[in-house]
Amino acid sequence: MSTATVSVEAMEEVTAVFADEDSEAWVAALSAPGPAREAACSRLHDLLLRAARFEVKRRRASLPHLRGDDFDDLAVQSADDALIAILAKLDTFRGDSRFTTWAYKFALLEAAVKLRRRAWQGREVPLEPETWDVFAADNPSPERQAEESELLRELKAAIDEELSPHQREVLVALTLNGVPIDVLAERLNTTRGALYKTLHDARKKLRAHIEI
Amino acid sequence: MNDDRELMKALLGPDGPELTCEECFDNLDRYVELELVASDADAAIPGMHAHLEGCPACHEDHESLKALVASTQKPA
Repeated sequence: MSTATVSVEAMEEVTAVFADEDSEAWVAALSAPGPAREAACSRLHDLLLRAARFEVKRRRASLPHLRGDDFDDLAVQSADDALIAILAKLDTFRGDSRFTTWAYKFALLEAAVKLRRRAWQGREVPLEPETWDVFAADNPSPERQAEESELLRELKAAIDEELSPHQREVLVALTLNGVPIDVLAERLNTTRGALYKTLHDARKKLRAHIEI
Repeated sequence: MNDDRELMKALLGPDGPELTCEECFDNLDRYVELELVASDADAAIPGMHAHLEGCPACHEDHESLKALVASTQKPA
């Protein structure tokens, strides 16, 4: 397990702005040497496990093929990974929120990413349009506005003609094919942030082209 | 995704400046706590709301954190 050390100067600077004593106590205990730190890590792990199980419970319907033990293993692994991430980033906690809220987000993120990846395990990630028919006017609903249909046709043309192949693949996978960004990042060996930047740039091009 | 408006919203994303995924994660705890005390979280953290509209994964993470923190604040 990796550890994070915090200098006395940095601690004084950080604790001076903590909004509550409980947060200050958490950081002090996790920064202390010896058994006090081990005890704090154990308490924090319990907290993170509760958060990870909360996330698993929210999402387990999307994974009907998994057993109860699989879900709990995933929650424990998420809590383990979140604890490592928190200890490594402890000196970045600014006290803008309660420490527990700050810590929860790491556990929820770890669990969410693992669950999204598990849901797509063994599935092909479609990078080509599977649903271009959403643009087609074969079955126009009576209430469909002509203006919107025209806009969609312009959008399809802009996707085909204005975007780079990579931008098109990312846009199509994330927005039309419903591939989770964490899953796509793993398959393309990149990061969530880099993919979102690509998506953002693609959207910017589309907006500029159709001038809405 | 059958609705044209939803489709266009997903394709075009939010209008205006937005945070990155990393900035969103960095600010998520503060944003949620501000929301839960009915403060103007969007004014405090500009670009957060737009990013949560444009990024489904961050949107889900936000919903989860808000629900979890809210559940811990309920009286016993």
